Amino acid sequence: MKTNKKKLNKKRGKMTNKKPEKLIDKKGIRLDGRKVDELRPVKMEVGVLANADGSAYIEQGRNKILVGVYGPKEAHPRHIAKQDRAVIQCRYHMAPFSVDDRKSPAPSRRDVELSKVIREALEPAVFLKYYPRTSIQVFIEILQADGGTRCAGITAAALALADAGIPMRDLVVACAAGKAGGKIALDLMDTEDKIGEADVPVALMPNLNGITLLQMDGNLSVDEFNTAVDMALGGCRKLYELQREALKSKYVSAEEAKEE
Amino acid sequence: MKSSIVVNIKKKRITELIASGKRTDGRGPTDYREIQIESGVIEKAEGSARVRLGKTEVLVGVKIGTGTPFSDVPDRGVLTVNAELVPLASPSFEPGPPGAQAVELARVVDRGIRESKAIDLEKLCVESGKLVFVVFIDVYVLNHDGNLIDASALAALAALINAKMFKYTVEEGKILKKPGYTPLPITNYPIAVTFAKIGNKLILDTELDEEQVSDARLTITMTKDGNICAVQKGGGSGYFTKEEISEATKIAIEKTAELRKFVVKN
Repeated sequence: MKTNKKKLNKKRGKMTNKKPEKLIDKKGIRLDGRKVDELRPVKMEVGVLANADGSAYIEQGRNKILVGVYGPKEAHPRHIAKQDRAVIQCRYHMAPFSVDDRKSPAPSRRDVELSKVIREALEPAVFLKYYPRTSIQVFIEILQADGGTRCAGITAAALALADAGIPMRDLVVACAAGKAGGKIALDLMDTEDKIGEADVPVALMPNLNGITLLQMDGNLSVDEFNTAVDMALGGCRKLYELQREALKSKYVSAEEAKEE
Repeated sequence: MKSSIVVNIKKKRITELIASGKRTDGRGPTDYREIQIESGVIEKAEGSARVRLGKTEVLVGVKIGTGTPFSDVPDRGVLTVNAELVPLASPSFEPGPPGAQAVELARVVDRGIRESKAIDLEKLCVESGKLVFVVFIDVYVLNHDGNLIDASALAALAALINAKMFKYTVEEGKILKKPGYTPLPITNYPIAVTFAKIGNKLILDTELDEEQVSDARLTITMTKDGNICAVQKGGGSGYFTKEEISEATKIAIEKTAELRKFVVKN
């Protein structure tokens, strides 16, 4: 991964201004030097915010995303409370400076939809029945966006929920695959998503083999779609290893600090 | 508001019924309720259609206006889809700006039309970068008895097919109406089918009771060529396995072709 980084930055410098002609070259190499089935470099960290009950930070390519979790706490407004379980309140929000043209900080229709599908991607993993009449708040702030923010947001949100000590059936990890330059490819970045033919974000509970988020836009044959889902699931499993490491490392470092 | 106890009792009954291959109204797992489509019901709208799916009822109106194109696609007309869950349609709908359910509904319908290239937006460009036609698709839910997505997508497509554009000439950058109409440039016919997972079974076209007790939902929108152009998983507490998704795509190929015949004659 380290050797790749130099190459990545060099390629990135070239692509900022004009639109590239080809998303994948003859050798099957993408604009940022990746192969079709390769993830972007990923960094995850758990417990990064002092006030939140749980928090996590993820960098995936140029995506930079911070997630904070509060709760379970008293549901507000009160009428959203459910008598037999907790509710998750999820807010996906993009910082105005996270994209090329300034984005208004007011939630867009896209933000509203993503908040909903992300909530529905997380809910199956949480033991909501343990905390009736309460609310668990998940705040996802996109500090910098470069394609695949909903997936990276889900991966980080699951870490933040776990960090908050909320009982879960499984972690949730998400990754997209899509079609760019005529080929099915993993983890599309923004340019590939915009010019490419299709994007398929998938979220997985890796131990229960449950797909908790699945969306698609573009145009794919049924076979291509199934290939893309399989490729995304492969990406999820790779990310899951990193996710587990990130979660463990917080507590390993806590143990070490105690021993010292 | 129905208490969760009632929902839980209902859930048990419906789940048991579906596990034994039956449904509350006697349909098979992939059967749709009776579909009725009426086109051109609103004279003032350029296009309109009212779809009845059992007791679910959706009215879609298409209005055509003019505007400026988005800067990244200066030579294309603009498509916007909005959905209103009006309070007369269900005791659970409240007045006010669209909530997450309405926004999701509009965006799923939008995605199917946009990604299948149902409207040839390039033909709706009058002057590149300056003046284009804007197609407003407004989804109006009149009675909610489940499966709003499929009913809305069907009504939107029927309304687009029904829509007529006034003839015009351009003088000094302005559009002047001429007598007579042409149809909208429709180049594809996207159809959405929505699966619900109840227990371990997949069923199509849920009525409201089934919808309320379902674990998860999956919408697949297909083009007339049998390609997938939009997918949306929804519903909170449950999930799908990869096998279930493959099974759903197989059923969707047949089912979308079957439903398309209701809107696309010939």
